[in-house]
Amino acid sequence: MNTSSVFKGLALAAAASLTLAGCSAAPATPTVTPIDYKACMVSDSGGFKDASFNEEAYNGLKEAEATLGVQIATVESPNSATQTDYVSGVNSMIDEGCNLIINVGFNLAVATRDAAKAHPDVNFALIDSALSNDDYSPLSLDNVKPIQYDTAQAAFLAGYLAAATTKTGKVATYGGMLFPSVTIFMSGFKQGVEYYNTAKGKKVVVLGANGDDSSKWAATGDFNDQAKGKTLTEQFFAQGADIVLPVAGPVGIGSGQATLDKTGTLVVGVDSDWYNLPAHAAYKANILTSIEKKMAKAVLEVIKSGVDKTFTGGDANQYVGTLDNGGVMIADQHDVVYPTGIQAELDDLKAKIISGEIKVASQYSK
Amino acid sequence: MSETKKLDGRKIVSEIFNAPWLLTVLAVVASFIFGGILIAASNANVQASAGYFFARPGDLLAAIWNAVSGGYEAMFRGAIWNYRADNLLSQIKPITETLAFATPITLAGLGLAVAFRSGLFNIGAKGQIIFGAMLAGWVGINVDLPFWIHFPVAVLAGVAGGALFGALVGFLKATTGANEVILTIMFNYVAELTLTYVLKTPILQAPGAVNPVSAAVRDTAKFPAFSDQIRVHTGFLLMLGCVVFVWWLLNRSTLGFQFRALGHNPSAAKTAGINIGLTYVLVMAVSGALSGIAGATQVLGTEKFLTTGVAASFGFDAITVALLGRNKPWSVLAAGVLFGALRAGAVTMQANQNVPIDIVLVVQSMIVLFIAAPPLVRAMFFLPKQKGVAA
Repeated sequence: MNTSSVFKGLALAAAASLTLAGCSAAPATPTVTPIDYKACMVSDSGGFKDASFNEEAYNGLKEAEATLGVQIATVESPNSATQTDYVSGVNSMIDEGCNLIINVGFNLAVATRDAAKAHPDVNFALIDSALSNDDYSPLSLDNVKPIQYDTAQAAFLAGYLAAATTKTGKVATYGGMLFPSVTIFMSGFKQGVEYYNTAKGKKVVVLGANGDDSSKWAATGDFNDQAKGKTLTEQFFAQGADIVLPVAGPVGIGSGQATLDKTGTLVVGVDSDWYNLPAHAAYKANILTSIEKKMAKAVLEVIKSGVDKTFTGGDANQYVGTLDNGGVMIADQHDVVYPTGIQAELDDLKAKIISGEIKVASQYSK
Repeated sequence: MSETKKLDGRKIVSEIFNAPWLLTVLAVVASFIFGGILIAASNANVQASAGYFFARPGDLLAAIWNAVSGGYEAMFRGAIWNYRADNLLSQIKPITETLAFATPITLAGLGLAVAFRSGLFNIGAKGQIIFGAMLAGWVGINVDLPFWIHFPVAVLAGVAGGALFGALVGFLKATTGANEVILTIMFNYVAELTLTYVLKTPILQAPGAVNPVSAAVRDTAKFPAFSDQIRVHTGFLLMLGCVVFVWWLLNRSTLGFQFRALGHNPSAAKTAGINIGLTYVLVMAVSGALSGIAGATQVLGTEKFLTTGVAASFGFDAITVALLGRNKPWSVLAAGVLFGALRAGAVTMQANQNVPIDIVLVVQSMIVLFIAAPPLVRAMFFLPKQKGVAA
């Protein structure tokens, strides 16, 4: 430890507090009684302030801290993280004595599996993936609860809404990297557009998702670089699209910025309701809707089950978010004016998807 | 001679102050000081107690002390020695984690040091790591051989992958005069996208996998482990061997002499009868081979299967490590271990103290900044100005 760093820190903080005129009252004691249960979370690269995927899961953890009084600890994986980082993140959580470790993203699947095998007394939840053995045969562990989302159902509704709203007859979508948890959005969106075309006899085109082979769809190549998202979106707009669905975490901010440069263009948010997030405030008037994965809700529920000692793991008890259980949904209408009567159609579609009358194809519905 | 040295204390002191290693150490110290300031400033308790500084000033001072000492204490526990653990294995685990991270970073750093010493600014460690990992991984996954053949062949495939990918850059520079900086940067993208492609097609994607990951490397191709409880493996010993090899290559061998001659003055080297074009190719091949070994140690040792993230940020960390080690093999090793420690310690800092991981990135960046600006470090620590030699 070097003491000079402390002194410099003191000087800086003292100066800062003088300029901030730190005269407010000292805080009262916290209201929720802290309990002896530690819930922890490891992010994928992107971090907990990605205004999207990781942040939505993190909100659930914060809510558990505020309402249940659990202790929390977090590790953010660095940008361009490798398996070595994920394993070290999960292991450090075990060293911290966590009762439940929630790992955000399929990248952490192997780290979760190995840690769960070595520490059967610790519970795990894994978002967006189930476990598998080294040869990719499915694996079910009693202390691991997979949390997955049939996002295609909500994306279907967004696709239908986009097809009804577009003025140019072209909409677009792209992913960060084309993982199943990403393409499921794009595929559902595309199916929604196609359903609209069939129902209304229209020919709305989806750019960025040509053909059935999802590995050939449009992607920026990572989940960090907003500039790439902006460039790709500008290209879509130049090709005549006026609505874009970016499935790329913070890269989507680039798409939102692109809507500011061309009037009449709109963006569809993913993971949480972008309209309410400060990161997307600059273009919130251009957000058509958002395809929400209610990860906060599932995270809170799984922590609650851990606290109540009712935690159940294994594939048989995996959580799959659907329109039916409210795990996925599209956001309420905000500033964008929808075509007349569309809300009733969306409600009707939602009911039909829940009842099974309309089948939205995805890896969870086969 | 020795008499004057003994007597002239001032001269000795000035020599110490002018020694590059002292500046390097001070640059690291200065970076940790700035890191401490940032840890304090980003700490929620510090921010909260700063708000009511005049009501209860002790809170702020205590919060700052707790944040900074707690942060660095957690880094120490996460990177070197966990004195809170109850058994020896858990206690030494942090240092083994540090060495696990240090292995690929040092190997790639050595590769870059060879290129930098030869006057080639190789930015392509990332691509060379990826190609090394890809070939080593392919052999490790798909070939069925007994250990004593399979393992060396898999490692050599990694060496070959990195070496060929590097040599290609040297070849293009030698024949067309293309700039190696631009070539290596662009080749990084080529490697990255090739990796993503092969991991999404049956070439390397595991059968049955939906995500872009390969099957597991066969046991016969894995680096033997020291213990299944710790992640640093015998690839670490190979890395130490490479440090010795690079030291020998650069300082004792004819080839290394040619490399350095090229680095000092290509025209003079040419006049002296060195085949410049061939040397470019050889420099890049050796440089790429070392990064290729880094890729092999990752896929055959630490991670045991291939993902798109195999190269992580090691390729760019390696540039800093080579710079920090001033392109000298043993110093590169020390710098690599420091970076491994930062990466391993960062996790515990986050988990235990809630220190953002970006702090570590800032510390790394500040090290580079201070090393690039020796006069700044001299001024900060009130060292006398360097005499005679340009900074």
